[in-house]
Amino acid sequence: MHEEFLMGNEAIALGALAAGVNLVAGYPGTPSTEVLETVAKRRCEGVYVEWSANEKAALEVAAGAAYSGARTMVTMKQVGLNVASDPLMSLAYIGVKGGMVIMVADDPGPISSQTEQDTRSFAAFSKLPCFDPDGVSDAYSLIGEAFEYSERYGTPVIFRPTTRVCHAYASISVKDESEWKRNNPEGFVRDTSRWVIFPRLSYINHGKIEERNARLSKVFSDSGLNTLHKPEGSRLGIAAGGISYAQVRETLTAISDVKPALFRVTTPFPFPEEKALELLRGLDEVLCVEELDPVIERGLTYVCGKYNLKTKIRGKLTGDIPPAGENSRAVVDAAVTNFLGIERNSKAPEVTDSPPPLPARPPVLCAGCPHRASFYAVKTAMRGRKSVFCGDIGCYTLGNAKPLDMVDTCLCMGAGVNIAQGIWRVEPDTICFAFVGDSTFFASALTGVVNAVYNRADMILVVLDNSTTAMTGHQPHPGTGVRMTPAAGGEHGGKISIEGVLRGIGVDAVETVDPLDQTAAVDCVKRMADMKGVRAIVFRSPCIVLFKPVSAAVIDSEACINCKACIKTIGCPAIVLSDGKVKVDGAQCTGCGLCVKVCPKKAISIISR
Amino acid sequence: MKKNIILCGVGGQGTVLASRLIAAAAMKRGMSVMSAETIGMAQKGGSVFSHLRIGDELYSPMIGLGEADIIIAFEPAEAVRMLPYLREGGTVIVNTDPVMPVSAALGGSGYTGGEMVEYLRRSVPHPVTLECGKICRELGSPKVMNVLLLGAAVGSGVLSLTRDDIADAIRERVKAQYVELNLKALNYTV
Repeated sequence: MHEEFLMGNEAIALGALAAGVNLVAGYPGTPSTEVLETVAKRRCEGVYVEWSANEKAALEVAAGAAYSGARTMVTMKQVGLNVASDPLMSLAYIGVKGGMVIMVADDPGPISSQTEQDTRSFAAFSKLPCFDPDGVSDAYSLIGEAFEYSERYGTPVIFRPTTRVCHAYASISVKDESEWKRNNPEGFVRDTSRWVIFPRLSYINHGKIEERNARLSKVFSDSGLNTLHKPEGSRLGIAAGGISYAQVRETLTAISDVKPALFRVTTPFPFPEEKALELLRGLDEVLCVEELDPVIERGLTYVCGKYNLKTKIRGKLTGDIPPAGENSRAVVDAAVTNFLGIERNSKAPEVTDSPPPLPARPPVLCAGCPHRASFYAVKTAMRGRKSVFCGDIGCYTLGNAKPLDMVDTCLCMGAGVNIAQGIWRVEPDTICFAFVGDSTFFASALTGVVNAVYNRADMILVVLDNSTTAMTGHQPHPGTGVRMTPAAGGEHGGKISIEGVLRGIGVDAVETVDPLDQTAAVDCVKRMADMKGVRAIVFRSPCIVLFKPVSAAVIDSEACINCKACIKTIGCPAIVLSDGKVKVDGAQCTGCGLCVKVCPKKAISIISR
Repeated sequence: MKKNIILCGVGGQGTVLASRLIAAAAMKRGMSVMSAETIGMAQKGGSVFSHLRIGDELYSPMIGLGEADIIIAFEPAEAVRMLPYLREGGTVIVNTDPVMPVSAALGGSGYTGGEMVEYLRRSVPHPVTLECGKICRELGSPKVMNVLLLGAAVGSGVLSLTRDDIADAIRERVKAQYVELNLKALNYTV
């Protein structure tokens, strides 16, 4: 053992490696991404890691390997599980041979997600056991337990950390590589009665799953995973799981006069009913502190009904815990002190003098981001024409911000291309654009393009190809040909051409243009707008993180009339106002040259660094 | 002993490295460390923070309101934004150079930074203010702002760490060619 200062996601990765994981597959998504990256970085010989095309592919690859006796892990964010839900629901009936952990990171807030869905509820829906770590150290040991349970019961299990566990850091003890478990998969053993799903098999296995989950509820009650601390004579109790449990512990350390019973729910499904009963007996009230869905609250309410207990269960459903958002320390402090009926001893200094208005800092496209040039080219070309701009998931969602204001819709991965078709069906005189990033294109937009071509829609697909999955921290994807571990052909090669795919599907016109060549880009959009059918433009220019800038913009202060057109049209963070004068922040500028195009006085030029 | 430290600023200013240096120095002293920080979308020019906790009996990586012993702010408005976290009698170290949000350039606000520094002077007994831009030019690189602020934080005595502790962490974690420059920033005194 040795000590390391680890991010929660790194701890999960090292825990999985220590548990002898053989294969890890996933798709990037905040806050889950660093798990797979860490496995790739720290793996020992023989561990295979891949960024799959999407979460469904990842889960299926891992399932095949687990059928063959390998220990496997799949990593994704909560909305990724929606994409992977088809194989997940069926796999729950089929089961696995090697341990299989589906690591799904939830995002209360949400901080960087479309939804506040709760994977604990998904676990109950899919009938799969679920583990909910309360911190970095817990995540490290619990992932090992998850593999053990998965293999012992022949079922995939869900491991559900949240953002404040994934992205927290702690100094913890971890095993040395020499202490890691080694797992040698037996290989795939043919057995059609086991691996081929048919209605009859599903019926039989459904019964077995329900019986197993009832058994697991008892096992989890006795396992030590779900802990109960119940001082003699307590009348009040608190039940919590995940990071909320850690927040409750913090609140309670500052309270000495009341000691409520404390129940930590580490396995929200199957719910540890017997342990819950032990908590509830003799208590007047229990406060459930959790984020997202009231899973623990419903579980305890059910136990009260089943055993005819009078204990009052409080939480989200009773308005004691906010229905949405993150449970900050302040939220938990207030809820717990209020529940215990003690004076809130706020440590926050009293504010007598209110602060000046704070500047809002919404996230923006980086200085020099090629997406800005792409959006601006389409905006320029479509000026005065009826058009709709459907966005998608990625950095380019930020194209919605003023002054670009170029994203009219955004729903989920790959939706834009189909939404554009739907709008066109109702408004055939509108030129409907769908913007999609390169990684999202491969992950979820291909079927949308097939749909458009097959159903003879009229639309323009704009692929914003910056050669990386930028929003989640620059992961490779099928269009880059870079892989996490050497496959046949090494770490590179096998790059898939976006234009080749589009032409193969039968898109009527495909053009590729560098958006930083604004004139060519605007001409291309105008040309496409005058055509009919399914047209595609590939705007190709690398993400600014992928190269070192060699030039920068400078403003000729004599020629500049301070009209601020550069600021008002493109909103580049490298163009700033200093003492009321327009200036270029040389540290941020990449020399993309877009501002040169929009200056009416030709006062901006690009010079070498 | 328990220390709650908040580092805050704007995405790209280097708060994370500063947080890591304190963590490494504390761990070397045998102390337990927990932290939480902004990762993801907000990093792109948004407000960023790092909560750093040192000591025993830590459960949550997050610091509660009124619990921070020190706020190390890389930007004046971000110091004010985090002020509700400062405990009574807590210390504030702040860079007085503002970072203008894109919305301010668009004409969305009259933010100058000076009003925030004034507010801090009214609200906190003795905030330590540094004109980091100017000092960094003297030192020879804008990239050492984080270590410069760290030096001031160590100087305040609140961290219970010495300049030598941080210097060791710098030698271990910073590329060799930048070590001298960072040590100069660490040891800078007004």
